[in-house]
Amino acid sequence: MMRFLLLFSRQGKLRLQKWFTPIPEREKKKIIREMTTMVLARQPRSCNFLHWKDLKIIYKRYASLYFCLAIENHENELLALEVIHRYVELLDKYFGNVCELDIIFNFEKAYFILDEFLLGGEIQETSKQIVNRCIESSDMLQEDDSSEWYEVELFG
Amino acid sequence: MPTVSKGDGMRGLAVFISDIRNCKSKEAEIKRINKELANIRSKFKGDKALDGYSKKKYVCKLLFIFLLGHDIDFGHMEAVNLLSSNKYTEKQIGYLFISVLVNSNSDLIRLINNGIKNDLASRNPTFMNLALHCIANVGSREMAEAFAFEIPSILVAGDTMDSVKQSAALCLLRLNRTSPDLVPMGEWTARVVHLLNDQHLGVVTAATSLITTLAQKSPDDFKTSISLAVARLSRIVTSASIDLQDYTYYFVAAPWLSVKLLRLLQCYPPPEDAALRSRLTECLETILNKAQEPPKSKKVQHSNAKNAVLFEAISLIIHHDSEPTLLVRACNQLGQFLQHRETNLRYLALESMCTLASSEFSHEAVKTHIDTVINALKTERDVSVRQRAVDLLYAMCDRSNAKQIVAEMLSYLETADYSIREEIVLKVAILAEKYAVDYTWYVDTILNLIRVAGDYVSEEVWYRVIQIVINRDDVQGYAAKTVFEALHAPACHENLVKVGGYILGEFGNLIAGDSRSSPLVQFSLLHSKFHLCSVPTRALLLSAYIKFINLFPEVKATIQDVLRSDSQLRNADVELQQRAVEYLKLSCIASTDILATVLEEMPPFPERESSILAKLKRKKGPGKLPDIDENRRNVNGSSEHSFRPPFTDVLNLNSSPSTGPSLLVDVFSDSSTSVSVDVSEDNFSRFVCKNNGVIYENQLLQIGLKSEYRQNLGRIYVFYGNKTSTQFLSFSSFLNVHAKSVDPIIEGGAQVQQILNIECVSDFTDAPVLNIQFRYGGTLQNIAVKLPVMLNKFFQPTEMTSQDFFQRWKQLGAPQQEVQKIFKAQYPMDTDVTKAKVLVLLCWNGVDPNPANFVGAGVIHTKSTQGGLPPQTGMYRLTLRTSRESVSQRLCELLGEQF
Repeated sequence: MMRFLLLFSRQGKLRLQKWFTPIPEREKKKIIREMTTMVLARQPRSCNFLHWKDLKIIYKRYASLYFCLAIENHENELLALEVIHRYVELLDKYFGNVCELDIIFNFEKAYFILDEFLLGGEIQETSKQIVNRCIESSDMLQEDDSSEWYEVELFG
Repeated sequence: MPTVSKGDGMRGLAVFISDIRNCKSKEAEIKRINKELANIRSKFKGDKALDGYSKKKYVCKLLFIFLLGHDIDFGHMEAVNLLSSNKYTEKQIGYLFISVLVNSNSDLIRLINNGIKNDLASRNPTFMNLALHCIANVGSREMAEAFAFEIPSILVAGDTMDSVKQSAALCLLRLNRTSPDLVPMGEWTARVVHLLNDQHLGVVTAATSLITTLAQKSPDDFKTSISLAVARLSRIVTSASIDLQDYTYYFVAAPWLSVKLLRLLQCYPPPEDAALRSRLTECLETILNKAQEPPKSKKVQHSNAKNAVLFEAISLIIHHDSEPTLLVRACNQLGQFLQHRETNLRYLALESMCTLASSEFSHEAVKTHIDTVINALKTERDVSVRQRAVDLLYAMCDRSNAKQIVAEMLSYLETADYSIREEIVLKVAILAEKYAVDYTWYVDTILNLIRVAGDYVSEEVWYRVIQIVINRDDVQGYAAKTVFEALHAPACHENLVKVGGYILGEFGNLIAGDSRSSPLVQFSLLHSKFHLCSVPTRALLLSAYIKFINLFPEVKATIQDVLRSDSQLRNADVELQQRAVEYLKLSCIASTDILATVLEEMPPFPERESSILAKLKRKKGPGKLPDIDENRRNVNGSSEHSFRPPFTDVLNLNSSPSTGPSLLVDVFSDSSTSVSVDVSEDNFSRFVCKNNGVIYENQLLQIGLKSEYRQNLGRIYVFYGNKTSTQFLSFSSFLNVHAKSVDPIIEGGAQVQQILNIECVSDFTDAPVLNIQFRYGGTLQNIAVKLPVMLNKFFQPTEMTSQDFFQRWKQLGAPQQEVQKIFKAQYPMDTDVTKAKVLVLLCWNGVDPNPANFVGAGVIHTKSTQGGLPPQTGMYRLTLRTSRESVSQRLCELLGEQF
């Protein structure tokens, strides 16, 4: 199974974190630190796989973002790379030419898409069409109550 | 204001996020966040009820703050409230907040469960999915308790939507991982297997994940999945790439599902059914063939997906380990990848070949790639690839190529990355020992290792070289000569000084004939390093010096002068000072004979698993170390790997030789007291309910027992078996019970018998210890064995009616007379086995508790015992009542370990 997925920028800023097993917050912060330093230190044209503790770390860089997926030891590395790629494609399809800012400002959407794609550390649906249809139909469900759009807020 | 917001954009959230992004410093960010937190808190606390949208927006802001790495201590309740909203996006944010922030033991779980329950019952597939996602994300025990019964029925119900089935399958998988005891197996399992036939490939993929996990735990229950998985796989690999529509990924048919199916099949041995087996072989061949076809796309995604399936197929082939042709084809395929321009493929090929190297069919085929692998070690830019190359060289090593591989690893070590040096050192040390034909090569290799990477040579490695040198007299002279020469290097590593000190201290005499390495030269050479060394090494050198005094009387005066110097006798370090004082005194007052006895050559170490191997295993974690055993895996194709006994004793010098003090540096510590030996009680507990068997065994001696008991008397026949071909001389045993003396000589391969008569005088807890001493090949061996004489051996059954029994039981009602223990079953609970054990232990017949008689001190104490053993929940309750507190206690200890 997959254990966690992290998205971070070249500066090491975390953009998305998904944990598939319960881990205490302190431990999470430690892992995030370790992953960012480890992955960012890799030379270009190195392979995309690392051994880390009893896990395999699969990482790939898309534009300014690093995707870093931890899988268990017996799992398939190449397919894990394609898990990352498929997720990028899903984000791309939804946002239209996705960039780091989309994920920052619409982080909740990034999580929703991920939940449709992966669940409990396993692949749930590999069909791009089906996942996209799912996300889009839930967007259709949103209530178009325009009054709320212009609500005066204390902070912004 | 960026316009990147999409869908139901929450304007306030976007503004907040851009504010945070505009913060110039961490302090400014914290300030902005605190301001926002105060705002949200006041909104939540305010009198005015918040509408759904605001609640959603604030919850979302809190989530954002949390994901930035700040603590959030409120808002959970509002998030839970969102679950009951009938607006999808509000519900969705509520669930997201809970998935991210609620840890599995939160007290909110009950409320959350309520929301989930409603959504599961809603029959609205979108809501059901949200609820199932939440269970899978949080996966707490309370959730398992609440929903583990319901989810299987959702999964297999005919009218459930496909997407809900997928979520339900993975949700169940998660609960099975976190709380397996709460997920009931039942008739649904058979129906889950049939999901492998489902039309919807997404459902099949999710179901395969679930089945694989369940099959790993109880393979027999899911055996039927094999044929379905093979059929499904066969359909996929033979399909045209367009057949599977959106499940075709860059011209590869359903790669995820294929890999999952291949993974599932790795839970089982090769199918027994011939037709099924050949169909699977066909699939695997097709996959191997496809690897040779020209790519359908230049995209890396295409080759990754295709090769992912290929590597998984190779894993299955290796797992089955039964089809030589497939294994060799797999090996050839990987051989091609070794030279591929994609670094990833080279990495994976090296990794995969490691496992192939352990199969006897493909070991030779793997070996043909040795030059490529060595080249990879030298030329790969990426350290993780080089590391895999080291692993593979280690795995493919055998007697035929050991010298080449060890030499290559040694030369790589000079430039290797610091992070992997220690591991390489361990590997070189293991290979050098394992495949040493002549031990001079071994000694050279280890000394080279210390020279090249002294800092990374752990204690275990230099301990081991000393063990080997001490155990093999054919290499001792060479070792002495070699270390002597190595010590001449201007800057030699401290580890070399340790090895040198130890070996010259033991075997310096073997090279002392040569005037170039006369005793005085040896001593001066060692002493020239002394001042540069750490305290432990200096302590070791002092011990070497005292050994020199024994070996070479002519340097006695020189060494005494050194010991007498202020820098030794008044050394600030207590250990060094003590050694100097004691060694000096010893050298002054002891006669030559006493000195020779005290400073005798170290006895051979018992042969055990290499401590270095144990260390490497610890370092790599279980299962990661390729098996370099000469007996490669069997041809049987079964999934079990050959049984290797677990090493219980991670040996190092400190616990090694069976006679008295172990390290040379300890030579003095025990000499004033009698030799103390660890008492062996490994097999002791096995004798609680049996009377005959082997109580002790090492590489020299086996001790067997036959015993019988009547009332307060016992007789034990002890059989000493000499396992070697040499005589044991001055054999003796002492015991605190009456024993007929035993013959002082045991011929090689012979067995002698000794009879011990035992009388139980009063109740006791300590078992007698049998001390054995004998000479084997000039060295004195001491063995101490705890004899299995236990209180319960003196039980005598007594017929008693049930009425009498219970009367007696009640009489023994004082609190200190009763001992009760509740414990978990260590062995499978079988009523008959349990009854049989109780029978032996307590002389208790039948289902009615019968009393037993206890004889001690010449007086008969009547005691009764009741064993209440309800075979439920894996627990036993043992209740004992006797007239004496100590008796109850001891019996409870003894019996408690037996079930």
